[in-house]
Amino acid sequence: MAVKVRIPSPLMKLTNNQSEVTAEGATIADLFNNLESQFAGIKDRICEENGTPRRFINIYLNEEDIRFLEGENTAVKEGDEVSIIPAIAGGLV
Amino acid sequence: MTDFTDEQIERYSRHIILPEVGGVGQMKLLDSKVLIIGAGGLGSPTAYYLAAAGVGTLGIVDFDVVDLSNLQRQIIHSTERIGMLKTESAKKTIQSLNPDVNVVTYNDKISSQNIMDLFEGYDYVLDGTDNFPTRYLINDACVLTGKTNIHGSIFRFEGQVTIFDAKEGPCYRCLYPEPPPPGLVPNCQEGGVLGVLAGIIGNMQAVETLKHILGIGDSMVGKLLIYDALKTEFRKLKLKKDKNCPICGPNPTIKELIDYEQFCGFSS
Repeated sequence: MAVKVRIPSPLMKLTNNQSEVTAEGATIADLFNNLESQFAGIKDRICEENGTPRRFINIYLNEEDIRFLEGENTAVKEGDEVSIIPAIAGGLV
Repeated sequence: MTDFTDEQIERYSRHIILPEVGGVGQMKLLDSKVLIIGAGGLGSPTAYYLAAAGVGTLGIVDFDVVDLSNLQRQIIHSTERIGMLKTESAKKTIQSLNPDVNVVTYNDKISSQNIMDLFEGYDYVLDGTDNFPTRYLINDACVLTGKTNIHGSIFRFEGQVTIFDAKEGPCYRCLYPEPPPPGLVPNCQEGGVLGVLAGIIGNMQAVETLKHILGIGDSMVGKLLIYDALKTEFRKLKLKKDKNCPICGPNPTIKELIDYEQFCGFSS
């Protein structure tokens, strides 16, 4: 099924500057693999080699952090929205 | 509690007539002590508006001087102040806006050595810094001292705002247990930022600080607000306390402050 994925500014270079893309899959892990097939290199920016999200990037299914659901095995359904939220540091410079 | 002067009643009249603030609330603001770390893009609007609102004591920490390239967003400074210490420039602006405010300047680079002393006497810490080592240091010191951390960050056209208060909710490490390795996440200098975005996010930090001091409205503890300027969109996500958090969880592994520069190769 198709799910909307929000791409944060630091990763938009990989998605042809799109801040919203559509990915197919039944779980978050499926979505990552599908994203990689559309935008080569993106999975490596989001995930560790074992497929879990990097520790400075959080993945939200709708309003909930997937770490408090079932991680990358969390199921997604039509109409869900997935957000990729990296730590950003800026403010002062 | 002391009484207002006639001048203060006039200055704060638009606050005092708000039932949610009133004379009691305004006095709370005048009695409050807020430490602003970084007199830059975020610190400029927060310091300016908190001063206008009559926050009685504002501590401002910055080691840098005003540069021409700052003025696209750092509105507390001005062209004639280029080369001046940012703390001094901020103090001048605040004093000419509101002489009620006691401005305490700290022309220091923040580190594990001085952060506890800097925090002494303040109720709230506003994080307006630009690098991960300092953000983690501020978070850890806030957790260890029980202070409320009003967090804002910006990148290009996007900003994030939340309140970290480990006594009642998550801390920064509950979100992101450790800083990213150098090079994987850009800072503003590398990525650029729409200047006014600093104003929006900094002012949201100021609003949330005032609400917290006054005890009104919904708290941003446990919520992350994300603003996308290009889409003109605000989103609110839920933040949860992580029981495995290395500093505020039940079995903390971090018990003292860490200067990440020393082993991450970050520059701040």
